[in-house]
Amino acid sequence: MDFKSSDTLTSGAITGPREQDVLPATAAAAVKVVIVGGFGVGKTTMVGSVSEIRPLTTEETMTQAGIGVDDNYGSETKTATTVAMDFGRISVSEELVLYLFGTPGQERFWFLWNGLFEGALGAVVLIDTRRLEVSFDVIGRLEERGVPFIIAVNDFPDAPRHPLDALRTALDLDQHVPIVHCDARQRVSSKDTLMTLMRYLHALAVARA
Amino acid sequence: MTHPLDPLQDGVPDGPDGLSGLDGHDARFQAEVPVRRERRSPENPERLYILTGDDSERAPLDLVTLIVANGDPSPTAQPEQSAVLRLSRTPLSVAELSAYMALPVSVVTVVLTDLLAADLVQARAPVVRSALPDRSLLEAVMHGLQKL
Repeated sequence: MDFKSSDTLTSGAITGPREQDVLPATAAAAVKVVIVGGFGVGKTTMVGSVSEIRPLTTEETMTQAGIGVDDNYGSETKTATTVAMDFGRISVSEELVLYLFGTPGQERFWFLWNGLFEGALGAVVLIDTRRLEVSFDVIGRLEERGVPFIIAVNDFPDAPRHPLDALRTALDLDQHVPIVHCDARQRVSSKDTLMTLMRYLHALAVARA
Repeated sequence: MTHPLDPLQDGVPDGPDGLSGLDGHDARFQAEVPVRRERRSPENPERLYILTGDDSERAPLDLVTLIVANGDPSPTAQPEQSAVLRLSRTPLSVAELSAYMALPVSVVTVVLTDLLAADLVQARAPVVRSALPDRSLLEAVMHGLQKL
């Protein structure tokens, strides 16, 4: 996205939330869920289908210290990378707001974005059975970070359907990680997927207590 | 009695379009999954990436910290500060401020740090996972989702 100049900021050209998108003054706290899964599996679609606002885009600038990394090997330069992310919102009550983050591509960088996964309630890993391998990397990263997650199989019309046990084995998932089917385009289906995540988190909280 | 961590959705859940699971007559059925994930080995070259700027100059704000202005901007306020104060007359998350202002989160955070220090805005901290022995929070989210 374009950076706004100070002139634009002063002239009041910034458009804030539409009237119907304004949160009530009683909104006191927010929680977040991250939707991950590799390029083109339907993350932005899922955010858009269940969000009460038109999805927005935020961004962060990351600096890469250029020592021994990829083609910067041996150089001392720094390169900046802009990481963009789409998000949506669901007001779950007058006081509590749920934010959903998900974006096309660049996921490697999300895990470096301070504060994206910190404090997230959990994650939905969307998978496409035609390209299961694009989700492997994020599953490993979630495990390393200790972020609880569920798997949602986005049922593309021509995607193969596997027994869930075979999928669990292929993804090398722990036995208690839920796997569900979904259609990320459908609001009800995306909502059900989030409900599955919440029930799983609830079960984890009960088990911890 | 079932353990809370028993598989919650294993077996054959219904698809969104009434697909009733796998019965072998489905033309898309494939018993074998052709690929297999290997667990990652612990190496982290990405640690070389850092957020631009100095973290110590910024207030500890989350993407979903809700910001609310304490009043209207003064005529002498910086444009970025005025923009934040105008946008946050009703609660707005840091991520939304970044989106509407078309500025990176770290830049918005610097602006907010000054506004917080001058007591011109309030920050309503997010509820984070580490502070979550609280099942009632998850129940509140589930209750809200059910109403959608």
